Amino acid sequence: MTRLSLERVGFVYPDGTRALEAVDLDVETGASVAIIGQNGSGKSTLVRHLDGLLRPTEGRVLHDGADTTRLRTAAMASVVGIAFQDPGRQIFSRRIRDEVAFGPRILGRSPQRVAASVAAALELVGLTDVADQNPYDSGYSRRKLLALASVYAMETPVVVLDEPTTGQDARGVARVAALVATSIAAGRTVIAISHDMRFVAETFARVVVMHRGRIVLDGSPADVFAEDAWPTLASTFIEAPLPARLGARLGLGSTPTERAFVDAVAARHGP
Amino acid sequence: MLRLAAVSYRYPGYATPVLHDVTLELAPGHIVGVVGANESGKSTLCLVASGLAPGSIGGELTSGTVDIDGSPTTGRPLHELATHVGIGFQNPATQLSGVSGSVFEEVALGPMDLGLPARETVARTKAALATLGIEELAERAPRRLSGGQGQLVVLASLLAMRSPYLVLDEPTAQLDPEGTRLVGEALRRLAGTGTGLLITEHKTDLLADICDRLVVIDGGRLVAEGPAEEILSEPALEGHGVEPPTAVRLERALVERGLDPELIRG
Repeated sequence: MTRLSLERVGFVYPDGTRALEAVDLDVETGASVAIIGQNGSGKSTLVRHLDGLLRPTEGRVLHDGADTTRLRTAAMASVVGIAFQDPGRQIFSRRIRDEVAFGPRILGRSPQRVAASVAAALELVGLTDVADQNPYDSGYSRRKLLALASVYAMETPVVVLDEPTTGQDARGVARVAALVATSIAAGRTVIAISHDMRFVAETFARVVVMHRGRIVLDGSPADVFAEDAWPTLASTFIEAPLPARLGARLGLGSTPTERAFVDAVAARHGP
Repeated sequence: MLRLAAVSYRYPGYATPVLHDVTLELAPGHIVGVVGANESGKSTLCLVASGLAPGSIGGELTSGTVDIDGSPTTGRPLHELATHVGIGFQNPATQLSGVSGSVFEEVALGPMDLGLPARETVARTKAALATLGIEELAERAPRRLSGGQGQLVVLASLLAMRSPYLVLDEPTAQLDPEGTRLVGEALRRLAGTGTGLLITEHKTDLLADICDRLVVIDGGRLVAEGPAEEILSEPALEGHGVEPPTAVRLERALVERGLDPELIRG
């Protein structure tokens, strides 16, 4: 059980670049949250505060209501697992299986439990058949899935995925969505950064929109992609997904997903 | 014309080829999109089309030839080849030089390597940054950029080289929707000036907007080729692991439910 809170968090990089400003965010245990916003809006900086990789220059980060200032990053990382945007930054093993096993092993899990979580994680992302290959015999998209599996296998209460669908084909995106759903079903919290609006609208219950280091929208996909939110989305150069735009044009209300749109059309025009 | 004629390619250390008998042509001013599932051979095709494979990374063409404007690419020095065809990798971290203190210097590296006068180098660098709308990144440290910003800087570096042909492996993978739109427009403009572009992408919505032709690869073989619109509405596309554009999916979903697909047109 871990509730995450950011209280008036600000962050300035050593070169003077301000990345976060007065960010307030509460994420309940078991929530699924997507963070969207243009490149450079502070999304990756924000999530790096959750596991202590970055420490706020203003404000506080809390785990279950307790200030994390005195917690070591290692302690925070056993609660929050992050899969980075660039899989090359985290992959170092010579075998896919060993890469996935590394995390749970350093968390001190029993060999049986490590084996079970590795098998489950590999299965989920479709890498079981290549488990004994070198990660670098695979292309970028597969290494990305490997990085996701490695974080999933740590079974941390909170899983953070930075642009998990980058470079994935349709099957890969479906696998990432399954990884999110399975984590949520297991009672874990999932926070993902994404530019893929279809993936966001279909996979997450809550969407947080960032612009220049601030949170400018926070709600369900239907709220965030509703017509009255479009001006705010446009200020951070995001366009609502096509089904949402079509739904608004046809006066069907907020239809952020293809299914919601087709259902709304059927409700009005169906036989 | 950049032309692959019946090309098969084998990576070093592997017994069998991963590209089989691929034939395709890229004319100046055209944009050809390459779609296919992951691990289908798209990135390999990019390496081969740009001459980096086998030129730099080894392996061999077990059949066929790659030529640019009539001259085969095999055996040519890479610095000479680079003036004819540029390649943008999927992951900007692979491509950024790591030696530049600022984005401006990074983008200027290519023209400087070509031995261009300083004035021309600066002009090209400024123009490339402006084309992609990233002038404000000029003084930033390349290693401090986000993935998407890095991808735009890599593209700017390629634009500054002004090669007649560009091969881009998922140029918008890490970009936000606005960045994707900007890159799409920039590529269209670039094609308008006569550059030939070969682009792999999963974003079929983008390809539908910018490509003249599309090829589909599956298992290292070219399995379909034709006008972009035709290929993207081809029912067999999904069987090759490629997602149809959103509009095509919505129309199909409406038809399946007995609803009028005309609703979403116009």
